[in-house]
Amino acid sequence: MSLERRAAMAALLAGRDDNLLVVPGLGSTAWDLAAAGDNDRNFYLWGAMGGAAMIGLGLALAQPKRRVAVITGDGEMLMGLGALATIGIQRPDNLAVIVFDNGVYCETGMQPSATQSGADLLKVAGACGIATCVDVRDEAGLADLAGRLKSLRGTLFARVPIEANEPPRVLPERDGVVLKQRFRTALGLKA
Amino acid sequence: MTETIAGWPDRLYDSFKRAGIRQVGYVPDAGHARLIDRCRADPDIRDVVLTTEEEGVALAAGAWLGGERAVLLMQSSGVGNCINMLSLARTCRFPLLMVITMRGEWQEFNPWQEPMGSIVEPVLKLCEAEIFRARKPDEVEGVAERALQSVFGDERIAAVILSQELIGKKVWTK
Repeated sequence: MSLERRAAMAALLAGRDDNLLVVPGLGSTAWDLAAAGDNDRNFYLWGAMGGAAMIGLGLALAQPKRRVAVITGDGEMLMGLGALATIGIQRPDNLAVIVFDNGVYCETGMQPSATQSGADLLKVAGACGIATCVDVRDEAGLADLAGRLKSLRGTLFARVPIEANEPPRVLPERDGVVLKQRFRTALGLKA
Repeated sequence: MTETIAGWPDRLYDSFKRAGIRQVGYVPDAGHARLIDRCRADPDIRDVVLTTEEEGVALAAGAWLGGERAVLLMQSSGVGNCINMLSLARTCRFPLLMVITMRGEWQEFNPWQEPMGSIVEPVLKLCEAEIFRARKPDEVEGVAERALQSVFGDERIAAVILSQELIGKKVWTK
């Protein structure tokens, strides 16, 4: 079963509190996040493909009292697959890496990604030492994952199967300095 | 006073501590071994071994978003791995300090190190990084202090380049 990506993002972030910090990947997950409602505690990526999970790791280590959700696509995760090994060593309690997996690069014309041919990101994450790997199969699984995001207890990896479609783009702020400063200000840091 | 060869990694560590560095990302390199050991032994520094250097550029950005200062240690061969990810630091003006041990420039036994080693400085300059090079042990501390001030004082990208002559010749035969 595949879930609708915009509804999946909205379900994961419903009732979000100020201690949840969200880093989407470059591309569709950033538009999904913007569509779910803009928030100063979102750090949208318009580049840096392959870097979302590592930004999440640096942020989670720096903010142990807040929760960090990296919500990225299969193509973006595959580009930075080594990050799962790196995260598997650090294992901060407050980090979730969630992959919206549709097996295609939908931004660029629906070319198949490696997950369509058998690359199993859940198994990779588990083999890298991430103890909690959640295979979301349906709406109930999504609701369970949303609940886990409200009180993370250990590094979590989740795969969310989504439809291979491309909803209308919802474009967030794209000035990187503005995104950085508003994020830090929201955390009470000097901009 | 002239520094001993063994002392300069400790001066780098001392500079990191004065600057309040809390995260150190690195791809291991023999030239950085002493500094890595110091960081690993420090409970106030999170040492993050990376699978590739570009992960460290992203790590440092995340650290800064969360209010911590990070540095990235690598060998010259790692600079090429970072180029696209440096767009993150450039576009968002994230402070980023790279400390780079040089290969391929002085008494290098391995010719495979020369192509990347020979273009480290021009590539980094194209990526808007300020270059601070230390050629002798007693230059390391001053170079590190200037680079740290530039990075965290002015939110810049900078590279401390540690010359191969400073690090010493790699021994290939036992």
